[in-house]
Amino acid sequence: MRDLTQEIVELIRRTSTDLPEDMQKALRSAREQEEPGSAAQGALDTMLINQDMSRRLSRPICQDTGTPIFEVSYPVGWSTRQLTTQIKQAVQIATDKSYLRPNAVDSISGENSGDNTGVEFPTIHFHEWDEEAVHIGLMLKGGGCENVGAQYSLPNGPLKAGRDLEGVRRAALDAVNKAQGQGCAPGVLGIAVGGDRGASYAFSKHQLFRPLGDRNPDPELAELEETIKDQANELGIGPMGFGGKTTVLDVQMATMHRLPASFFVSVSYMCWANRRRSMTVRGDEVTYE
Amino acid sequence: MIHKLTVPISDEAIEALHVGDQVELSGVIFTARDAAHKYMVESFIKTHGNPPASEAALYELLKEKFDGGVIYHCGPVVAKEDGEWRFVAAGPTTSIREEVYQDYVIEHFNLKAVIGKGGMGPRTLAACEKFKAVYLHAVGGAGTLIAERVQQVEDVHKLKEFGVPEAFWQIRVQDFPAVVTMDSHGASIHAVVVAQSDAKMKELAPV
Repeated sequence: MRDLTQEIVELIRRTSTDLPEDMQKALRSAREQEEPGSAAQGALDTMLINQDMSRRLSRPICQDTGTPIFEVSYPVGWSTRQLTTQIKQAVQIATDKSYLRPNAVDSISGENSGDNTGVEFPTIHFHEWDEEAVHIGLMLKGGGCENVGAQYSLPNGPLKAGRDLEGVRRAALDAVNKAQGQGCAPGVLGIAVGGDRGASYAFSKHQLFRPLGDRNPDPELAELEETIKDQANELGIGPMGFGGKTTVLDVQMATMHRLPASFFVSVSYMCWANRRRSMTVRGDEVTYE
Repeated sequence: MIHKLTVPISDEAIEALHVGDQVELSGVIFTARDAAHKYMVESFIKTHGNPPASEAALYELLKEKFDGGVIYHCGPVVAKEDGEWRFVAAGPTTSIREEVYQDYVIEHFNLKAVIGKGGMGPRTLAACEKFKAVYLHAVGGAGTLIAERVQQVEDVHKLKEFGVPEAFWQIRVQDFPAVVTMDSHGASIHAVVVAQSDAKMKELAPV
């Protein structure tokens, strides 16, 4: 297997400094919807200008370059240990080049490792697949939006949320209302229903890799994605919580099997600086998506 | 209209500001977030201004610079080129984590403005009213744009102990853009938006 360290550094650079096209488009159309001269529109203008500057100057869109979350699909016969070493090296190099802020601190002492590596840091998930290519997805998940993520164990009495799609809707809206502008609205919601606590949160983040507008194949869930999106926007929280029409840009949901005893709804909130990109390595050819 | 503010900021300039106003701030300000706030309260404020000898020099500097001064809730991405620090990306971090410290810091140092994101709670709002200060909201995530307004990194304090994101970065800014979301007259945009969205929640998901 070939050494992909430098190619992964480039993936990190692109992810940190240039928003995906679907996010840019969504922010541009949100800007058109807000009142001219409002703080909401001003905030969206700043986001769009910032995006252009970041791409031009090759600098991080946001200083919180977050937890780097790598989703690696690899062919039979590749070594995940070697890939892990390469990813960690790439993260160290990217930190040195200021594409990433040193973001890994010891939980108790608070000491910063200085290079974005540490215990279970960065996050790497491996999936063996039948393709001949290696596909690496990367998401940089900032702390502000991570802190407003929420998990609900249904039924939830105070929310009147039962173990059904209505309960899921209530839980999701509660998470958006509690988040206010703290997660750097307008955000994107990834929602997982089911699983155990750990798997449920991981799967909710996985939804955030889907392109905006991608709908769940189940028509009932697809409809609920739309409903939650529309109703979250009715809350009027607006960009950065300044008030306004745009609170979430999309909602993407999926279900998992669960224990009879458990019914978790996990909501991962992704900020407007939704930094996610991927690369595919096929033989000698490397393409960045 | 954009209000131009220059550090040190006078009480009169603060009283002229109201929620929703856009400002551009210039002068020397300091980044300070979780570790820095905990440190200031424990080393300077709980000791009634008698910090341990090792911390005295920093205390004297902050006393001078924070009188009419500004704290920015930010953990920047920095680069060192030819021995000089440069800000690469420097948007605001979530402010509410400092709610338990901020009112003490505003009172103790006569701080006039706190810049951050997400707004702060009733304790900080009360301190803004009592001691004439404002909360300025920067656009979260606008890391590159704000870093471009940082003209010079004058110094850094507690870098080794706190690490890059948590250190006190002493920076000279020019036309730092922000919106007043909590003023010295007791008004908070955040309280209004929360009340509106709570009311809407009751319609969408009655209990």
